[in-house]
Amino acid sequence: MEGLSGDIWQPISLTIELAAFTTVLLLILGTPIAWWLARSKVWWKEGVATFVALPLVLPPTVLGFYLLVALGPMGPGGLVAPLWGARTLAFTFPGLVIGSVLYSTPFVVQPIRNAFEAMGDRPLEVAATLRASPSRAFWTVALPLAMPGFLTGAVLGFAHTVGEFGVVLMIGGSIPGKTKVLSVAIFDYVETSQWGQANILAAGMMVFAFAVILAMTLVERRFAREAS
Amino acid sequence: MKRIRLIVATLGLAAAYLWSSGAALAASINVAVAANFTGAAKEIAAAFKAKTGDDAVLSFGASGQFYTQIKQDAPFDILLSADDARPKKLVEDGLGVAESRFTYAVGKLVLWSKTNDLVKGEETLKSASFAKLAIANPIAAPYGAAAIETLKALKLYDALQSKIVQGESISQAFQFVDTGNAELGFVALSQLAKITSGSRWLVPQTLYSPILQDAVLLKKGANNEAATAFMTFLKGPEARTIIEKYGYSVDSKS
Repeated sequence: MEGLSGDIWQPISLTIELAAFTTVLLLILGTPIAWWLARSKVWWKEGVATFVALPLVLPPTVLGFYLLVALGPMGPGGLVAPLWGARTLAFTFPGLVIGSVLYSTPFVVQPIRNAFEAMGDRPLEVAATLRASPSRAFWTVALPLAMPGFLTGAVLGFAHTVGEFGVVLMIGGSIPGKTKVLSVAIFDYVETSQWGQANILAAGMMVFAFAVILAMTLVERRFAREAS
Repeated sequence: MKRIRLIVATLGLAAAYLWSSGAALAASINVAVAANFTGAAKEIAAAFKAKTGDDAVLSFGASGQFYTQIKQDAPFDILLSADDARPKKLVEDGLGVAESRFTYAVGKLVLWSKTNDLVKGEETLKSASFAKLAIANPIAAPYGAAAIETLKALKLYDALQSKIVQGESISQAFQFVDTGNAELGFVALSQLAKITSGSRWLVPQTLYSPILQDAVLLKKGANNEAATAFMTFLKGPEARTIIEKYGYSVDSKS
C-alpha cells in the first residue's frame, strides 16, 4: 500500500508543480499581451488576438505534433538544449512548461484583456489629470481594477494545465517524476487495466474540477456584488 | 424558393448516401491491430479487399489498450495482438473464439537510431553515450516488455533506467526516434521495412522471449462470414508473403 500511494502522489505533485509554473509564467507573459490587446488601436491587433485564441479550437495533437518537431534536434529546441548538454527539450519538465504555456495562453489572456477593456479609458484619464505617470497609473489604477480578471485568468490557466492531456502525452515520454502528469498516469492505468489506481486519480480530478468551478463562480459573484 | 431547393438538395444527398451504402453489398469488419503490424496489416487488408470485396477497417494501437477496450465491449471482430497472452486471456474471458487463435507472425526487436554508425550492437547500450532511449510502454505493449527483458538480460536495466522514455505504443516509440528526440530506441523490425538509413542492431533472440503475435476471432465477429474469411486469408500464402516481407517470421507449426 505504501508503494502504491507513493506511485500515486508523484504524478499529483508533478502536475501541481507544472500548473503552478505555467500559471506564473502566463501571468507574467500574458499581462502585457492582454494590455496591448485591450488598449492598442492598430488594425491588425485582432489578428494577434485570434492567434492567441487558436489553442481553444485546435486539437491538442496539432500543438503536440509541432512541438515534438520544434523541441527536438530539427527545431529550435535542438539549438537551446545543447547549452546544458541535452539534445532535445522533449521529455523534460521545461519542455512541458513550454507546451502548457502555449496551450493555456487564451485562458489567461482573455479574462485579463476583458477586465482591462471593461475598465474603460476613464480611470486612466483621471489618473493622468492627477499627474500619475502612465506606468504609475498602470500599477496603482489599472492592475487593482482588473484584479477579478487576473484571478479568473490564474484559476483557469492553472485548471486547464492540470486538465491537459494530448500535448503532454505527445511530448512527454511518460517519465515518472518528470513528465508523467496526472492525466497521463490515468491513461496508463486504464490502458493497462489497473482500474483501482485509475479510479482514485480520476475521482480526485472530478472533485478538483468541481471545486475549481464552484469557487470561481462564487468569487465572481462576490466581485460583482462589490462592484455594484 | 431558395429554402425549398436547399431541402430538396439535402434530401437528395441523404438518399444518395443511403443508396450508396446500401448498394455496397460487401461486408465490412473491424480489426484491432497491434501498432507494430500497421504496415503489413494495411497491405493485407488491401489484398483481402481485392480478393473478396470485403472491407477490413483497421484500428491501430497498443495490444493492452485493445484488450481493455474489448473487455468493455468495443466493436471489434478480430484482434491482431502483438503477443499471445492477451488473445489467450480473451478466450478465457469468453470474449474470443478458442479454436480461432493462431500465431500469425513472430516479431523481432531492433535497436534503431536515425544516426549512422551510432548503433553498433550491445556495446552501444553499454557505453550509455546517449541521452534518451525510447521504448514502448512495457505493460501495454509486448515490444516494450521485450525491450525491458533485453536490458535486464544484458544487466543494463538499472544503469539505463533513467534514460528511458516511453511511448504509449511501439508507434510512438518509433516516432520519438524518427523525430530525433531520442537518439535511439527499441522498435519492431517491421517498422523499418521501408527504411534503410540510420543504424540498427537486430537484438539476438536469446535476449528476449519470442514475440508470438496471435490473432483471435472475437465473439462479436464469430458469426460474421467476412471475419472468418479474413482469419483464413491471414493464414494463406498471400498474407504470409506480405508478413515475411515486413521482417516477421511465420510460425510454421500453426
